[in-house]
Amino acid sequence: MADADRQVPPSWNVVGRHGVFPEARHDDVARFNFLTNLNIHLASQVLPGVRKAYDYRVERGATPTNRREVGELLKREPMYQFWSSMRRNTMEMRQQNSRAMVFRQLPELVEKARQLNQDSETLQLDSAVEIPRYISAVDIHCMPGGYHTEYCEDDIAAGANYDSGIFVTTAGMLGRYSDGGGQALAKWLRDEAESGFRPRRILDIGCTVGHNIVPLAQAFPDTEILAIDVAPPVLRYANARAKSLGVDNITFRQENAESINAEDGSFDLIITCMFLHETSSRALPRILAETHRLLADGGKVVHIEQPQFSPDMPLYEQFMRDWDTRNNNEPFWGTLHDLDLFEAMEQAGFEREKITTQGLFAVVDETLFPSAAKAATDNEDYGRKPAWHAYIASK
Amino acid sequence: MTLDPITMAGNKARGKRPSYFKEADTDRLMAILMALAGELAVTRERVDTLERLLAARGLLEREAIENYEPDSDAARERGLWHQDFIARILRVVQQEIEQFDEDRQARRQAREENVSATTELEELIDELAST
Repeated sequence: MADADRQVPPSWNVVGRHGVFPEARHDDVARFNFLTNLNIHLASQVLPGVRKAYDYRVERGATPTNRREVGELLKREPMYQFWSSMRRNTMEMRQQNSRAMVFRQLPELVEKARQLNQDSETLQLDSAVEIPRYISAVDIHCMPGGYHTEYCEDDIAAGANYDSGIFVTTAGMLGRYSDGGGQALAKWLRDEAESGFRPRRILDIGCTVGHNIVPLAQAFPDTEILAIDVAPPVLRYANARAKSLGVDNITFRQENAESINAEDGSFDLIITCMFLHETSSRALPRILAETHRLLADGGKVVHIEQPQFSPDMPLYEQFMRDWDTRNNNEPFWGTLHDLDLFEAMEQAGFEREKITTQGLFAVVDETLFPSAAKAATDNEDYGRKPAWHAYIASK
Repeated sequence: MTLDPITMAGNKARGKRPSYFKEADTDRLMAILMALAGELAVTRERVDTLERLLAARGLLEREAIENYEPDSDAARERGLWHQDFIARILRVVQQEIEQFDEDRQARRQAREENVSATTELEELIDELAST
């Protein structure tokens, strides 16, 4: 068969359901399937054209010396204009499609979450926590209302929207529960446990719907876990989601990561998963200082992030990796990836020789989902491939 | 707050929307066109569901469409259909990309043969006519 080698993503039907997951109708699923395949087409068929347009400019004598100049060149290229416009549209459509599905059934979803969260000691909201400007100024990921807006009492819409649509953005590469990152962390921790590192208390900073921390809670049911976020709608959803998945060792608490209400040295493991780039230059040192304060001696901090922009990284790749800063409402994306994270962690109190980095790939059920580790390199989508850099600091 | 799912679904995300083309009209047209393409894909997927169910059962139940879940073979066939559909409506882009290679080849040939490097059809007709 001529199309035997085509990468076909799983249908959205295989997405993992739980007690607060929105119910999709036939056409909701079809919309997600279209967008998933459109994203794959854009990455594998159109993006190489952007590269060719760029190469042609360089062949003609253009000599950009930084990524801003690469952008100036590309902005005039019809192929880049087209790719960017399409990419932005797939994100806006992804938001509209899952919001249509979620708001249609919001009263029912809110009620389901209420029942799961009723009298739950593991959900701790605090209306005194203010939403930082780096969250409220623009809606990150072009998600209208961001992660914090509440549309009704006990709202969970932002959580349900995020949880149900992430499959499209990642073309299903994060697995059934979009938890390929969390599964990778659980695998890492199992290896660490074999060599003697067995944390009793874990802190997850910027947990959103808890998809990255639930796999750890499942793998280590005796471990006490605190997962924090500033946004109530995602915390309510996260707690109900975890409950319905049978997880009861995570406390979801509303906290600002810059000043966390916990005693010095109270955690053996602190993780952030694709969170640092959602903060700001002012908040980052405070958050890193908090991780140092809260970490027990002998403990570890793990930050999962995209690779940093270094002078070794080709300018074209730097520009493409920076695309999300302006086009996907990720205002701190470029600044963070320009930063020397080793240095920032050192300033927070960690010893340089105790900070390392390692590659981490999404761990998914390979019978249904494409493996990130095995994904073809020509399908690079600059920042959306489920493969990350982990920065690990020991104290 | 009244919840109107249709309007709320289309809310704008806070933060200025970038423009990509010289004319704002083109940005708008592209957004509408992509939404239309998406809805056509959705309709096609629904028809596919209908056909599969009709073939399997010999009669149609509306509820059955809502509950239909493709098995892995059907999901693969549908995925391939999406890819085929997308490739067809974006043919013009594929051809623009191929033009890069065509131009590069023409430039190389032009250097070797000392002729015009253009692959523009009109100029090529002229060139062929004059040699």
